[in-house]
Amino acid sequence: MLKKLLIVVVEPDPARAELIAEGLTHSGDHDVRIIAEQSSLSRQVAELRPDVVLIDIANPSRDVLEELALASGPADRPVAMFVDRSDEQMTRSAIEAGISAYVVAGLQPDRIKPIMDAAVARFHILQQLRAELAATRAALEERKIVDRAKAILMKARGIDEAEAYGLLRKTAMDQGKRIGDIAQQLVTAAGLLGG
Amino acid sequence: MSSLRLGYIPLIDAAPLIVAHEMGFAAEEGLRFDIVRLNTWAQSRDMLGAGMIDAAHMLMPIPVAQAIGLGPRMPALDLVMYLSHGGQAFAVNTDIAARLRAEGYAFDFADARRAGTALRRVIKGPLRVGVPFMFSTQLELTHHWLRACGFAPEDLDLRTVPPPMMADALAAGEVDAFCVGEPWPSFAVERGIAALLLPGPAVWAAPPEKGLVLRRDFTETRGAETGALMRAIWRAGRWLDEPDHRGAAAEIMSRTEYLDLPSELAERGLTGRLTVTPRGELRQAPGFLAFHSGGASFPWKSQAALIARNIALRHGLDPMAAMRAAMPHFRTDLYRQHLRSAGAALPGASLRIEGMIDADRTVPAERGQMVLRADRFFDGFVFDPPTPDSSES
Repeated sequence: MLKKLLIVVVEPDPARAELIAEGLTHSGDHDVRIIAEQSSLSRQVAELRPDVVLIDIANPSRDVLEELALASGPADRPVAMFVDRSDEQMTRSAIEAGISAYVVAGLQPDRIKPIMDAAVARFHILQQLRAELAATRAALEERKIVDRAKAILMKARGIDEAEAYGLLRKTAMDQGKRIGDIAQQLVTAAGLLGG
Repeated sequence: MSSLRLGYIPLIDAAPLIVAHEMGFAAEEGLRFDIVRLNTWAQSRDMLGAGMIDAAHMLMPIPVAQAIGLGPRMPALDLVMYLSHGGQAFAVNTDIAARLRAEGYAFDFADARRAGTALRRVIKGPLRVGVPFMFSTQLELTHHWLRACGFAPEDLDLRTVPPPMMADALAAGEVDAFCVGEPWPSFAVERGIAALLLPGPAVWAAPPEKGLVLRRDFTETRGAETGALMRAIWRAGRWLDEPDHRGAAAEIMSRTEYLDLPSELAERGLTGRLTVTPRGELRQAPGFLAFHSGGASFPWKSQAALIARNIALRHGLDPMAAMRAAMPHFRTDLYRQHLRSAGAALPGASLRIEGMIDADRTVPAERGQMVLRADRFFDGFVFDPPTPDSSES
């Protein structure tokens, strides 16, 4: 029976951390811990002595982990960087998914693979969620602009809301542009004209 | 038009990449830059290794550490030219600053011996110093300066703190002092929590700081683009070292998509005119940051050797083996090959004794003459590199 692996996830956002941890738990019988606090990261990792540390590649605390990976001598649980592995495809997919992983030296590749696969899958979901959130924000922003453009048209031409929208839509179609772009141009022009 | 992805960390010495893009030096060479802001040095190194960026603005000791096996295994990284010398400053918290002032220290921002001696007198117990990365010019300067001023290895506790978080770490009491590149020292002074003791060049007159680092296989398979990239950045460096261009550079660098800080703050490091204490004391640091002048962009192999030796000694590795492993990664050959046509002054040799030039000096170059920047260490340290293998140029 193999010893349970201790996996540490460094992630300040609780919802994101939970999603990653859940995926890892499903990938095998692991002990998964989350570190949210960046300032005590160094101390906590040193105390927990994890087998694997997972952290967002862009997390500012990464360089602190680099220091830990170097500082540990052979006697105190050397941590190798995941990119040390010869499996270039796995490394690349991890980096593309936005993960950096620190793995204790000597850990068998066949024990790491399922963990990395699960982490990559969850980071992809997080990337997708982030993209969707950005898209939703952009859509909301665009709706506000369209509303303002409609209001400008209604006032300037004495038409109702449906007609104002129809006018925007027709202009967009005639010019082969998006309604949001036409609305933005109108709002900008109105601003310049002091309207 | 060929497109290249370049990674940088938000610091004023990323200016050559950004200026090459903004002022059209890249377009002139037929290149389109996609400039990516990164958060950490490890991220930059890993993305370069995985081919997700083509070139990086990188601390010059990082490719040295890679060469001697102290990083993750990845394709070989080469430094093809320097982007900058200097640009760093040492800061202490206001409590230490008050004790220094009580001792009569005048914050001259120039004399490393005086600053180090004063600091040694007021510090009891270990000094916790924040540095941006375990392989950084900042760490090298901190070590050199404080060891030469009576701090024993056990008196120094060097800790990694990402540059934008340096001021927070000082405010939270996680470190007592730090050494980092501008604009982050000025940012901490502006917040009223730090005083600046020295510019990096007060310790080592021309400390190589950032390099342009590429994967070796990229320089081999895409030689023409490598050359075009180097020329665009070399011309940007020349533009930046025209004295009246630094203000414009500060405007560009301070924009939201780059540093996202007030241009006045970016301008301090770029002009070398720094506010050193929260009281508003101003100091002019001559030669604070160089991009081009005095042969600043030439990647001396002797500097690869010096840094390799220091890192090896610190990590219990064989210094000679480390020096031999690191020197081939500083590509003086590519510098000569790709920048000769642009008119770069090329030194006759590719390595030299470091720390021998007391004042800027005119020396014979490949063609005619060139001026080399003063490179002395404050304590008179000199470094004689090993002779390279005969295959090296």
